[in-house]
Amino acid sequence: MFAFLVRRLGQSVIVMLVISLLSFSIQDELGDPLRELVGQSVSEEIRNELREELGLNDPFLVQYWRFLKNAVRGDLGTSYFFKRPALEVILDKLPATIDLVISASFWILLFSIPVGMFAAIRPHHWISKLTMGLSILGISIPVFLTAIFLIQIFAVELGWAPSYGRGDTVVLFGFWETSLLTWDGLTHVLLPSISLASVILPLFVRMIRSEMMEVLETEYVKFAWAKGLSKPRIWIVHAFKNTLLPVITVGGVQLGIMVAYTILTETVFQWPGMGFMFLEAINRVDTPLIVAYLIVVGLIFVITNTIVDIIYGFVNPMVKLTGR
Amino acid sequence: MESQTFAVRPSIWTRIRSSLVYYSFTHSRTAMVCATIVLIYVLLSALAPFIAPYDPWDQTQFDIMDSEIPPIGSPEADSRFLLGTDAMGRDMLSTILYGTGISILIGIFATLLQGVLGVSIGLIAGYFGGRLDSLLMRIADIQLSFTTLMVAIVILAVFQATFGLHFYEDFAILAIILVIGVAEWPQYARTVRACVLAAKKQEYVDAARVIGLHPATIIYRHILPNTFSPLLVISTVQVANAIITEAALSFLGLGMPITKPSLGSLIRNGFEFIFSGSWWITALPAIVLVILILAINLLGDWLRDVLNPKLYD
Repeated sequence: MFAFLVRRLGQSVIVMLVISLLSFSIQDELGDPLRELVGQSVSEEIRNELREELGLNDPFLVQYWRFLKNAVRGDLGTSYFFKRPALEVILDKLPATIDLVISASFWILLFSIPVGMFAAIRPHHWISKLTMGLSILGISIPVFLTAIFLIQIFAVELGWAPSYGRGDTVVLFGFWETSLLTWDGLTHVLLPSISLASVILPLFVRMIRSEMMEVLETEYVKFAWAKGLSKPRIWIVHAFKNTLLPVITVGGVQLGIMVAYTILTETVFQWPGMGFMFLEAINRVDTPLIVAYLIVVGLIFVITNTIVDIIYGFVNPMVKLTGR
Repeated sequence: MESQTFAVRPSIWTRIRSSLVYYSFTHSRTAMVCATIVLIYVLLSALAPFIAPYDPWDQTQFDIMDSEIPPIGSPEADSRFLLGTDAMGRDMLSTILYGTGISILIGIFATLLQGVLGVSIGLIAGYFGGRLDSLLMRIADIQLSFTTLMVAIVILAVFQATFGLHFYEDFAILAIILVIGVAEWPQYARTVRACVLAAKKQEYVDAARVIGLHPATIIYRHILPNTFSPLLVISTVQVANAIITEAALSFLGLGMPITKPSLGSLIRNGFEFIFSGSWWITALPAIVLVILILAINLLGDWLRDVLNPKLYD
């Protein structure tokens, strides 16, 4: 077990190193930090002096090493636009994005499990056929179209929910600014979270359905029927519990997909989170902020994947913890 | 002299007609309708330069005075523009025809690139196994966990910022195909690898090795054909995914430029005007896009049911 953990953590560190190297080469490629610092009017001589002073003439690896040392200390550079440390800007925007991801996950868990289970247990029922049809429609509609559609219907035509911004927020534990605890905030998060969930929900429903159908065909489920166990017990304890394994692995990857899709959802809804900020940073060529975003998101991906792998190792006794 | 008799190999057409896929196709209304829709899309967009009333890439052919004319059926419609015009005065029908072409082109070529990369890597990983295999598959895992959209946004943003918008406009289509093509190879590699591992256990592969065939021959002649049906299923889904990804990129302003719009850039273009009442600039390309993707996805679903490959994931 210990060897497995060490191995997995070692891999995560390597992945983070690769991500930081890639992000750093982007920084090297994009724009000239001097122009951002001093503008056009400074003479070439002073520029060169500054360049030397800032270490911009050093070899690539030396610069990368310096970047890495700073990054480990939490210093990812200063945003050109906000004139503040990039990491600080991102941590300011992080709660809004996490609010969105939590609300979307809520919809996904609330609907995918019962609907997927039902569609597996009664595959020929009209509700199952309807949800399978709806799920393929859901997969076929891009997120930003769902978002535009929701705004048009529920915000513009019906006026039930606001279409942009976060609404009222409360500060939790002294640092966590959340909009999930006020009524106004909840109405604001409603449409963005539904449109974000619309990408993943159909995939989850289909996955839970097909996994559960496979499990329902296995010998031990047949044996459970033969023993005369009650229906709910077989469905939940014997079948559903065993469909959870693949759902956990894929679920971890889906979380990463969701973070990527927040860029689209936040843009349409003008949601003041990381994704919206990232797109603005790209448009302003705010390189330190772009790099910092990549590293933070990379870290989120790596951490979730590692946790998922470790949970999977614990839950599934078939995974060889010591080997490969 | 030794005389040999060969069984006459039936022609390709006969073999297709007696195949399970053909039978199932002619007995599935969904499959036939979807295939017809996709075929119509491909034909119309391929013939766009001949059937479109205007050339949307030619700035001299449209006039800002004609901007935001609603489609036929509403009182302010203009009979010159069947589906109305956008904010630049371009004919929506022509723009959608050309845009569909670009979307389909990107979908097909990005998928081809994914296929070539993924199949080669999958074959190598599966056939040779060992350390090389675990390394390649680990890279695939990592690449997949970052999601294509994220990778594509970053690369295209850097590309756009480095080369400047003007240069970018000329090479956008190539850049998008490359990015989507490279970012999605693990989908193919994993499936092919799983097929290779299954095929490697078969006796005919052992036999081929025993008679001393070169690994390349074994892979090409004896293993590759076995991967064909799962590849067909993935490919349909991947074309749909590539088109969606391209649309998302264009919607964020990182895809096709508005001077040569794809369906995604058309939707982005109309998004500003949707709340001022000019719904058709967004709604028409959106409907066209969703029907196309839905048809391809339904075809993929049908294929998966018919060929029933054990997909690796």
